[in-house]
Amino acid sequence: GEKAAGKKKPAEKKPAEQKPGQKEAGEKKKKIRRYHASRNPVLARGIGRYSRSAMYARKALYKRKYTAPETKIEKKKKEGPRATIIKPVGGDKNGGSRVVKIRKMPRYYPTEDVPRKLLSHGKKPFCQHKRRLRASITPGTVLILLTGRHRGKRVVFLKQLDTGLLLVTGPLVINRVPLRRAHQKFVIATSTKVDISGVKIPKHLTDGYFKKKKLRKPKHQEGEIFDTEKEKYELTEQRKTDQKAVDSQILARIKKVPQLRGYLRSTFSLTNGVYPHKLVF
Amino acid sequence: VFKRFVEIGRVAFIAFGPHAGKLVAIVDVIDQNRALVDGPCSGVRRQAMPFKCMQLTDFVLKFPHSARQKCVRLAWEKENINEKWAATRWAKKIEARKKKAKMTDFDRYKVMKAKKMRNRIIKHEMTKLQKMASKKGKKPEKPEKSKPEKAQKSEKVPKAQKAQK
Repeated sequence: GEKAAGKKKPAEKKPAEQKPGQKEAGEKKKKIRRYHASRNPVLARGIGRYSRSAMYARKALYKRKYTAPETKIEKKKKEGPRATIIKPVGGDKNGGSRVVKIRKMPRYYPTEDVPRKLLSHGKKPFCQHKRRLRASITPGTVLILLTGRHRGKRVVFLKQLDTGLLLVTGPLVINRVPLRRAHQKFVIATSTKVDISGVKIPKHLTDGYFKKKKLRKPKHQEGEIFDTEKEKYELTEQRKTDQKAVDSQILARIKKVPQLRGYLRSTFSLTNGVYPHKLVF
Repeated sequence: VFKRFVEIGRVAFIAFGPHAGKLVAIVDVIDQNRALVDGPCSGVRRQAMPFKCMQLTDFVLKFPHSARQKCVRLAWEKENINEKWAATRWAKKIEARKKKAKMTDFDRYKVMKAKKMRNRIIKHEMTKLQKMASKKGKKPEKPEKSKPEKAQKSEKVPKAQKAQK
């Protein structure tokens, strides 16, 4: 009975009013609004009895004006990402600052669109490559360096770094090879192993530590650039301390094995009648 | 001219083939090229084997031709061929060759150092003796020269053997 037409009931006795009135309001809040049937009777298909404006009045749309979308507009107006930034500018009579766009328009539109690239899979960047290590190379193995200024020298392997290069040390007092990186491919792994089980290698010895540094401040146009940049390698104190820290631990273990020190001091070479494919390393 | 003959009971060393390096006894001759051969104590089954792959040793066993494996084994063990073979220079040379091939880089270094030391000692003694000889004259020195050399050599040989291991 209450749900049939309109909203409000005709007046009733007071106590009775209050209860059903409250009930109705409460009920309507909880219940889903039931929609009224079409107030525009159909005359023929597609043609209604009342005009647009008449329907506006009949549906009481003058009462139903919603303002919900405004909040979004307010939000957009409030929060938007910064589009410009004010940067200070030097020079006299320049008006100390400029308004600079953060996201700039493209400076070049190609005449032809770049064609879509074909799908490929498994092409990973270098940082995601799988690093492998030969089974014959384990921490403490004596390696023979084959290339570089220390070619032929026998050297102790410490660990493999993140890029896959091997961290290696002479030790310095034995054969003047410092803490250095070596490439796995250019190294012969011998079967001689030093026990490096308890040796702690400082964690800051990474690829970044060993990477060659390049100073590039192209303020000068030409001419003097090639002289000022680092051609000479300079020993830093940090390298010395790291070398000592690692070598002191390793030297103790090398001394335990007879003749190992002399072995590390010597260099490897081939002579007549010596064939590497026949040698057991 | 020929000292080792193919005969029943001759112990032969197999030079190549699947049984390379093992000792066998010739049990019977099949034809011009093949022999019936058996190596009960060296892991070679009784089989025909061409003469070409056999190299005759100095050892001969006593058993009749076509004797069965048990007899060959008895004769082999009676003569103690395995021990006698290991004592021959031939077998020792083979052993040394194997060890040399197995040497690791570190071993080669140790051998090099041992050889160097040994040669130094020998040279040292030689020069000493030469000086003595040049001073005193030629007569009494010759037999004495060889003795200290041999003494030094015997010292260094066990070291070299250790290094070879």
